[in-house]
Amino acid sequence: MSTISTTSAQERLGLAESVPQAELARRFLYYMSLMRETEDRIERKLYRQGKVLGGVYVGRGQEAIPVGSALHSLPEDVLLPSHRDMAAYFIRGIPLGRVFAQYMGRIGGLTNGRDGNMHMGDMRAGLVSIISALAATVPVAAGVALALKYRSSNGIAFNYFGDGSTSRGDWHEGVNMATVLKLPVVFICNNNQYAYSTPLSGQMACANVADRGPAYGMPAEIVDGNDVFAVYEATARAVAHARSGLGPYMLECKTFRMTGHSAHDAAEYVPAALFEEWAKRDPILRLEQKMIEYGWSDRATIDALHGQVLAEVDAAVAWADAQPFPDPATLFGNVYDGE
Amino acid sequence: MPTTYLEAIREGLWEEMERDPDVFLIGEDIGVYGGAFKVTAGFIEHFGERRVVDTPISESGIVGAAIGAGLMGLRPVAEMQFADFITCGFDQIVNFAAKCRYRWNAPVPMVVRAPSGGGIHGGPFHSQNPEMWFVKVPGLKVICPSTAYDAKGLIKSAVRDNDPVIFFEHKALYRRIKEELPAGEFTVPIGKARIARAGRDLSIITYGAMVWVALEAADALAAEGIDVEVVDLRTLLPLDRDTVCESAKKTAKVLLLHEDTRTAGMAGELAITITESVFEHLDAPIVRVTAPDTPVPFSPPLEEAFLPNAAKVIEKARWLHRY
Repeated sequence: MSTISTTSAQERLGLAESVPQAELARRFLYYMSLMRETEDRIERKLYRQGKVLGGVYVGRGQEAIPVGSALHSLPEDVLLPSHRDMAAYFIRGIPLGRVFAQYMGRIGGLTNGRDGNMHMGDMRAGLVSIISALAATVPVAAGVALALKYRSSNGIAFNYFGDGSTSRGDWHEGVNMATVLKLPVVFICNNNQYAYSTPLSGQMACANVADRGPAYGMPAEIVDGNDVFAVYEATARAVAHARSGLGPYMLECKTFRMTGHSAHDAAEYVPAALFEEWAKRDPILRLEQKMIEYGWSDRATIDALHGQVLAEVDAAVAWADAQPFPDPATLFGNVYDGE
Repeated sequence: MPTTYLEAIREGLWEEMERDPDVFLIGEDIGVYGGAFKVTAGFIEHFGERRVVDTPISESGIVGAAIGAGLMGLRPVAEMQFADFITCGFDQIVNFAAKCRYRWNAPVPMVVRAPSGGGIHGGPFHSQNPEMWFVKVPGLKVICPSTAYDAKGLIKSAVRDNDPVIFFEHKALYRRIKEELPAGEFTVPIGKARIARAGRDLSIITYGAMVWVALEAADALAAEGIDVEVVDLRTLLPLDRDTVCESAKKTAKVLLLHEDTRTAGMAGELAITITESVFEHLDAPIVRVTAPDTPVPFSPPLEEAFLPNAAKVIEKARWLHRY
């Protein structure tokens, strides 16, 4: 089984202040494109071919959020992504082939077939596996941050969740504990306006998730979640706050879920006009327009980057598809230490 | 000087915190106040706020934070004020902590201390025995010590264990039992039962506070010429099937005893375990004495009627002996 190259992970992390805007934009585009193409391949091809089974949840249209935020993470930081944050795995150095193998239930996936889809993590890369009921990650993020503080580490926790998560009790318990204990956490809400079929109005009576911040004595800001530069700049403020020992900071990234809850959900409950409206605000298109408008790049270079991403995806799928399924004998083992 | 069950747990925690700087405590009212039962009194003065973390009222938050810290390589010991309140942390324990190692090879060293059990007039919200909610969950370890020696030795083993452990402390034993403990360092292995009393005629297999009920019954039965063996499970998960089956094979008659309610209690699992392995050695049906299938009532006559006691055990043991 391949292991994570920490060298390459480190190379990808910790963008210096001096990174020119054009280079920053190129990195944004690379990771956003990689997430889009990877998830398209999973949802629109491998799932339909029966090579990916079970639930498939994608973050199409939400790529700016994990990319703009996770690029601020340092090697000592720990991320707790949601199932709409695929790019966080790439930014932390998880090889693409292992992600496809994970979805295909193969050896070489991050869980070697013991779990599927986005339910994956690797503490060596500072990635806590998603807990399916996402709000449960919030107390865990508080504990991760407690450990970082306990060890006087410079690290912080990045905790991602959706709008729906904020309705659950453990979300509130975790946020409250993190604020009371002044723990270094950046809370990042992917507010994509639907929790499965329930619109935001059926989820909460306040206007914004960020409105909840002051109730906990926590700074919170609303961010255009489809503008990767806006996410990047807001995360810089949040990270600086958390890293300096001032406690948690919350970002509410407003976006829209451009799919159903999962691949089996046609999302007929979402008004078609909303999809059309939000399609115009696609974060990848907006980034490309900006890159061309500011003279940071041109169409041919951008197309070449997409081509490079597609080639990476092709190679990763081929690698994953060549990996074996787990031997049924591996059903046992590692339930407890030493097994 | 004899050490109480409560003091034994306290000593065990203290020694582990002295030994390993990664061990810390987290819970409600455990620091300045010293804990609802005073198990951690004096800890914050000695170890400081960094290692004795007072939290808001939030069992899910406490357990979740302990898991997060455990994933990071620390060794958290979380306190539930009463085992009954562990329900609020159930999702974290069952859906996350228990499955991390299996799912993504991420160990969660964590102890959740849970004061459980009746006999203290606590009523329905402060007297339950919720161990079986966790015995069903692969990936967890479940410990129910009955003696001061085991309480100390097992809490130390639990802290050192690399998997999540639910440690049930019986509240009625906290100050009621005491014994001389060895001066030096000792631990008790997780997953090993002990023979609390050796006997030839029948086996009472039990755990927690009921060990003392079984021993009281065994003394009375000895006067009638019935030689009872008492097996103290100490750990429910993983279960020491060998010791259970050896005792059943030896005496050929088995009485299962627990303070937990009857349906789907530990007795069911023990009965099938014995039946699968040593059925041909039995001379009588396996019988059980348990609490009835009701909530734990408050008023003393009701609680007395609810809890198994020596008289109930003696009556059932006589029947079994005559069989």
